[in-house]
Parts: sequence; C-alpha cells; structure tokens
Amino acid sequence: MSGKPKLTYFNGRGCMESIRWLLAAAGVEFEEEFLETREQYQKLIKDGALLFDQVPLVEIDGMKMVQTRAILRYIAAKYNLYGKDLKERALIDMYVEGTADLMGMIIPFPFTPLKERNLALIIERATTRYFPVYEKVLKQHGQEFLVGNRFSWADVQLLEAILIVEEKEPTVLSKFPVLQAFKARISNIPTIKKFLQPGSQRKPPPDDQYVATVIEVFKKD
Amino acid sequence: MTTKPRLYYFNGRGRMETIRWLLATAGVEFEEAEYLETREQYEKLLQDGALLFQQVPMVEIDEMKLVQTRAILNYIAGKHNLYGKDIKERALIDMYVEGTMDLNEMIMLYPFSSPEEKEKNFALMIQRATNRYFPVYEKVYGNHGQDFLVGNQLSRADVQVLESILMIEEYEPTVLSEFPLLQAFKARISNLPTIKKFLQPGRMQPHALDIPSL
Repeated sequence: MSGKPKLTYFNGRGCMESIRWLLAAAGVEFEEEFLETREQYQKLIKDGALLFDQVPLVEIDGMKMVQTRAILRYIAAKYNLYGKDLKERALIDMYVEGTADLMGMIIPFPFTPLKERNLALIIERATTRYFPVYEKVLKQHGQEFLVGNRFSWADVQLLEAILIVEEKEPTVLSKFPVLQAFKARISNIPTIKKFLQPGSQRKPPPDDQYVATVIEVFKKD
Repeated sequence: MTTKPRLYYFNGRGRMETIRWLLATAGVEFEEAEYLETREQYEKLLQDGALLFQQVPMVEIDEMKLVQTRAILNYIAGKHNLYGKDIKERALIDMYVEGTMDLNEMIMLYPFSSPEEKEKNFALMIQRATNRYFPVYEKVYGNHGQDFLVGNQLSRADVQVLESILMIEEYEPTVLSEFPLLQAFKARISNLPTIKKFLQPGRMQPHALDIPSL
C-alpha cells in the first residue's frame, strides 16, 4: 500500500505549485517537506534522491520523481485528468504548455533585479497571447471545460495562471467574460474550492524570506 | 490516406530538431514548409491563425496544427509507440527527456551568448553534460544492463539522449571519454536503420545558427 505522495521543496510556490494544484484538484492528500538549509539540500543529493540534483522532488508510488512536467503528467494520467485519447492529450498538452510559459514569466520575478522586472510584458502576453486563446476555445465549443467536455489538467492550470496574473493585475480578465465565468465555475469545484480556502497547502505569493532561503540553499560554495 | 506531417520553422535546429529526430526514428516521412526567413512569412502564419500562441515550432499532423515543442513530441511518441507501455514507464521516460531538454536548451542558446558570457556558458554547458546529465544515463544503463533506457524497448528517451550526446560532442569531441556505456549506447542506437538514415550527410547540420531576428 503506498502512502501519501511526499513533496520536497521550498515553503513557497516556485515550480512545485502547479503540482500542489493538480494533486489538490484530484482530491489527493499529500505531505510536504520544506527545504530550509543548504545542508538539507546537500544531504538529498548525497542520498541520491535528486536525479538531476534538482527539486521539485515528489515521492509517489515508490518512485522519486523529479522534473516538474514529468510529475504533472504522471499525476494527470493517474487521476484521469489527461483526456481520453492521444488527440485530447495533445490539446491538453498545448494548453498547459501555454499556461506554463505564462507562469514561467512570473516565477523568476522575485529573483529578478527590480529594474529588469517587466510586469507590463507579462500582462501584455497574458491579455494578447494566452487568455484570448482560452477565451476562444471555451466560446467556440460552449462547454464547461477546455477539453473533451470533461475536467482536466488544462482547466486546473488555466485557473492557477489566471489567479496569479490577477494578483499582479486585478482587472486582467476585464475583456474576457467567458474566462470570468470559467474562473467562477472551476473555483467552485469541491476539491478546488477546498484548496482555495485559507489553511490549505496552497502557498502565498513569494516574499523576501522565501527569496532569501532559495538563494541561500542554492548558493555556490 | 494521411498526408505527411508538415513542419513550420526556421532553417535550423532550434526547437524543431528534436521533433525531426523523433519523426525520423519512427520512420515517418515529413515535409518542411518554406523556412521562415522574413517577417512577412511569420505575419502571414499569424494572420492565418495557424500559430496558437503566435509561436513556432508548428507541426500540421493528423488534421491538427500542433504547437509547443513538448505537446508535439508527446503526440508523436504516443502515436508511434515510443513512450513506454504504461504510466510508470512514461514517468521514467519523461524524467529522462526533460533532463535532455534542459541540456538542449543550454546548447541552443549558447550561440546567442554575448562575447563576455561565451566562455562561461561553454564551460557550464560541458560541465552540466558531464556532471549532471550523462552520469545519470550512464548509471541507468549500468544498473539494468539492457540495450535501451526504459522497458527494454526503444523509446524517445534513447533518441533524445543520443541527440544531446551528438550535439555536445560537436563542441567537445571527448565528452564521452568517461562514459563507456554511453559510448556503446551511441554506437548501438546510431545503427538502428531509421536513425542511421537520419544521420547520413545531406541533412542540414547547422552548428552556429544563423537565425534571423526572432
């Protein structure tokens, strides 16, 4: 019998947050170990726990999985959030890679020197490259979910992306009525609603402490 | 009757190369649309609504206009049985190929380094290959002693590792000197008929990319 998945990462969003979202959406309880010191990180490496010396690390079903996308695909497939056939999977993959690219602009933000941060570009990409695509997809088929008339990984990740962009620009969905309805609808799915409540394992936006910890853990000797 | 997949990209490796490798390995003949060389061509693709996120690579395949390198690779691998037999094998394959893709990213971006950063980026690229990625694949082979990385069967993992090895070797020919199992792997996989064919001269072999401004 396998125990709960165990996540090893910093006590913050980073590359692990999408994984937390997906497990939560699937109704899977998980444990977390937080990286706080360089020694912990070096011990993980010495123990051979990190295939490429990197976190995220998720211990699940007897595997020590690394690489965010590998982990996400495994969870999606295991919990039936990856479409019913190859073509649906292709659509889901395109959509999640799009939202991953968008969120990938935001994740390094706190580590970027102030004068190099380009929030305007993020908002522009969100409103001209990414959100219009999802708005159109939903509008065209008129269904509740992005792919195959069924809840999938694509819906979870889109909601995640919408919420983190909104944290930076609260009016970002103003021209996207279908996405507004999508956001409300998906937020109300019981597992997601629970994850959105205070006290859940969802992590807050990065703060100075988080940034300092990451830099400390990864600094070169 | 299905038409051949059609690839839309620049005349260079970039993010399309791994896709070419995978199609070739699967024995799938493909066409390349006119190489993107001008802004006008790109604008036309945009106007035609052909690029979901305004980006290439784009591959027309099975009536879909697929974008996003990983989505395309996942589809081809899944369709042609190069993705393992179950989700656990897929998990291993995914971990291994995400490693190669991280390494490939460094290789792809290296020619664009500023003069001040070139030496540092070169050293880091070689170091990552020899300290982080190649030891992992060498060990996987050492542990199971099989011919292929996962499930005793050819998969995209073997193809993508071979691709990375060959690209790094172009920069540092002795890079496999401490990896005897990878040397054997390289010889073995290069000799598979579809891959042998793909490796023959006559294909584009750009080393320093001459990509027009993106």
